[in-house]
Amino acid sequence: MKRAAIGTSIHIESPGLWTLAWKRFRQDRVGLVSLNIVAFFVILMAASWTGLIASDWSKEVGVSNAPPTLLGPRVASTSAERAPPARSRASRIDDRSEERVVDPLADILADIRGERPTGSGGTPIVDPLADVLAEIRAESERASAAETRVSTLIFGGDKWGRDVLAKAIKGTETSLFVGLSAAALAALLGTLFGALAGYFGRWIDDFFNWFYSVFTSIPYLLLILSIAAVLNQKGTITVVLILGLTGWTGIFRLVRAEYMKHRVREYVQAADAIGASHLRRMFVHIFPNVSHVVLVQLSLHVVLFIKSEVVLSFLGFGVGVDTVSWGSMLNEAQTELILGYWWQLAAATTAMALLVTAFGLSTDAFRDALDPKLK
Amino acid sequence: MIPANKSDTLVSVRDLGVSFRIDRTNRIEAVKRISFDIPANSTVALVGESGSGKSVTALAILGLLPKENSTIDPDGKILYRERNLLELTQAEMRRLRGGDISMIFQEPMSSLNPLFAVGFQLAEVLTEHVGLRGRQARKRAVELLQEVGIPDPEAKYDAYPFQLSGGQQQRVMIAMAIACEPKLLIADEPTTALDVTIQKQILELIANVQKRRRMSVLFITHDLAVVGEIADHVVVMRDGMIREQGPVKQIFEAPRDSYTQALMLCRPQLGRRPKRLPVIDDFLDSSHPPAVADRSRGLRGGEPIVLEARHLGKSFYSRRGLFGQQEFKAVKDVSFKLAKGKTLGLVGESGSGKTTVGLTLVRLHEASSGQVIFGGKDLLAMPAHEAMQYKRRIQIVFQNPYSSLNPRFTVGEILMEPMTIHKLGSERQDRRDMVHALLEKVGLSESAFFKYPHEFSGGQRQRIAIARCLTMKPDVLICDESVSALDVSVQAQVLNLLQDLQDEFGMSYIFISHDLAVVKYMADEIMVMSEGEIVEIADSDEIYLNPRHPYTKTLLSAIPRGWNAARRTAAETGGESHSTVP
Repeated sequence: MKRAAIGTSIHIESPGLWTLAWKRFRQDRVGLVSLNIVAFFVILMAASWTGLIASDWSKEVGVSNAPPTLLGPRVASTSAERAPPARSRASRIDDRSEERVVDPLADILADIRGERPTGSGGTPIVDPLADVLAEIRAESERASAAETRVSTLIFGGDKWGRDVLAKAIKGTETSLFVGLSAAALAALLGTLFGALAGYFGRWIDDFFNWFYSVFTSIPYLLLILSIAAVLNQKGTITVVLILGLTGWTGIFRLVRAEYMKHRVREYVQAADAIGASHLRRMFVHIFPNVSHVVLVQLSLHVVLFIKSEVVLSFLGFGVGVDTVSWGSMLNEAQTELILGYWWQLAAATTAMALLVTAFGLSTDAFRDALDPKLK
Repeated sequence: MIPANKSDTLVSVRDLGVSFRIDRTNRIEAVKRISFDIPANSTVALVGESGSGKSVTALAILGLLPKENSTIDPDGKILYRERNLLELTQAEMRRLRGGDISMIFQEPMSSLNPLFAVGFQLAEVLTEHVGLRGRQARKRAVELLQEVGIPDPEAKYDAYPFQLSGGQQQRVMIAMAIACEPKLLIADEPTTALDVTIQKQILELIANVQKRRRMSVLFITHDLAVVGEIADHVVVMRDGMIREQGPVKQIFEAPRDSYTQALMLCRPQLGRRPKRLPVIDDFLDSSHPPAVADRSRGLRGGEPIVLEARHLGKSFYSRRGLFGQQEFKAVKDVSFKLAKGKTLGLVGESGSGKTTVGLTLVRLHEASSGQVIFGGKDLLAMPAHEAMQYKRRIQIVFQNPYSSLNPRFTVGEILMEPMTIHKLGSERQDRRDMVHALLEKVGLSESAFFKYPHEFSGGQRQRIAIARCLTMKPDVLICDESVSALDVSVQAQVLNLLQDLQDEFGMSYIFISHDLAVVKYMADEIMVMSEGEIVEIADSDEIYLNPRHPYTKTLLSAIPRGWNAARRTAAETGGESHSTVP
């Protein structure tokens, strides 16, 4: 950008180090394929975020635990299973009780009727709820008639008949967003602290090292739980904060070491000699030369945080009940798996494994391409 | 000295060609079908500048070229005792490498494993290749250490590499190399990383070992003066080709190739001081080097003083125990005056504190004591913001042009930055014009503006670094080993450039170097530093002709004199001693 602004008369494009790195990266086939997969996931995330796809993930489109299309519909299906009645969002406590609206007082009523014969001259006992019951029955029948539920879904359905594919896509949005933004936050903190500590050294370095030591001396899960307790609310942003605020330590060490190494390099001394200020030396001169370290750390941490989000959600400290992530899918999957409904588990793990592996491989390729072999 | 009998040839290289793969499509030919012989019981010097293919040739003989990106021309042959080394299997080659052929490298510190005692490493070689064990191996190792001149070898057997000096480390490397009685010793720039006095000792050691053990040495170097002292036979390489080869006497007394002639004259000599140093192109274009008048140096006494250092001191502290500190005095009570438009040379070996003096003057190091009077004020006592405007007027050119330019900046950005910081030039266009003018001044084209440092050679990068200093129009330029990392021919060009700039702008230089010949060529006045102190300070001709301090005398006598002084006089007894190459 700067070059284009300056260059007017004799602009000769000359490959910078980033261009050369990109050239090297393109020669790595595995890296390139992985990068495409990552890009696909990012596009998926963007599309899901803007509501283009999977916005109706919470709609119950199939029968309960609908199997994937490939397996075909379940054969011995009772009428109850075929058409689970619709429920209002608030009453998701027990499924079986809702399967048919039954008057719980019917037997008692019959007894009463039998014990007291009509001929005794008393007034006939009338069920006071009969009208209400009839109304509810009629309504539920109407609803199940209007909503035809499919018996199979492409990747199967969950307990409530929601499409697992849509859930997985929505889960991608949550997980990738958490991974990317938490890694960005961690990298920002780590780089800033590392730059200050490594560049200035002395008591500033001591201070950050002390801070680092205290931070890393607390058991990791305990730290996460305590931050979760302090923030005291569930949600995606909370998870981002938890992971970002606890994950900067590794990046800090690396960046600090890089700054210590570069601070005494001759080009930094030369910058000092021409009168460049500390900030200028730190971020204009040194930072571009250590940015490859930060970049690689950033992508490593994305992978790490995606996995951490899954663990957190699995343990129940993650995203709230109204959002879906791979972790919450896995959490649901543990009860389903006993009943033999494996598809939700498969969808979540496949999506996660694919993204994490692709991200890891492209990070490796990045690292190789960015390796500053300055000729 | 060269055996007339052809059968005495130990190694003969025939049509050796090596090429490297740079990327998918491009290859570079590092060595182009070269042929030469290494006679038994003699020293062959392979001379050339960087990129000439001399090290690649040595690695090819050892079979150490990286397999993944190098190819050896199948037509070529390296014959060692009737066997073609290029056709041997890995295992055969490995046996040969340990036993018959061995090698010493440039950096002794990085060639030794820092975690093991040197004796252990030496004994390991003996166990591996000779089959000596336990006490026997130790005894032999101590003998070897004694042979290479390590004082108190019994005690040094258990020393770790960091406890030895650079020269001693190189001696250990030599001991390891000769442990298995090799027939051929390949020495790749073995003295380049060492101080001049140590270099002399190591060269003597290699020569002695070669004679005593009746082996051959392939000595790779860029320094013709060293070649003249040690070699029997010389091979001059450039760009992967052999320019000239022959006995040392012929190469030095009647060089036929213009490149060889150029190499000999490009380097500043102690005896003469031409106004300009000849450069390679002068020789390659025309067969006769241009005759140039000599320049006289020295102070007349009436020059105005630009900068004066008074009792400069600099200490470094290292922590000792819980609260203690140990003081290390890098610079002790250094005082000197720098005259306007003149050059003050600063000579010393590594660790003498000469670089620290340079860095202290530009406030890159904070001085512990003393004053630097510049423009009537004490530069060291000023607060940082006030010093800024003075800082601009004292600039420094660093040793390594590969590390002193920010690799992420374009040359344009590098040169514009100081102007932006110091608000020189009113507008961007203004500054750009100034940069273009400067690029032209240091001999680079305008197209350099948009290029990155990695696209330039070492000499060109040093020009960029000099141009960066010039953007601020300094009064004083400190050259800290500024030409030491450069090839001889490039060195001459940069020295000429510096001289031209001084003539034009009247800048004063402080020229720091370990290389006495270069300092003597550039400086009007020379300071000799040793262990943080100035031991002698005098006009440059004076110091060369009548050194007073014993240290100066040692330093001067250690400079390799090349063919004439050292060898011819020895050969022709009673012959007249010449200190220069004709």
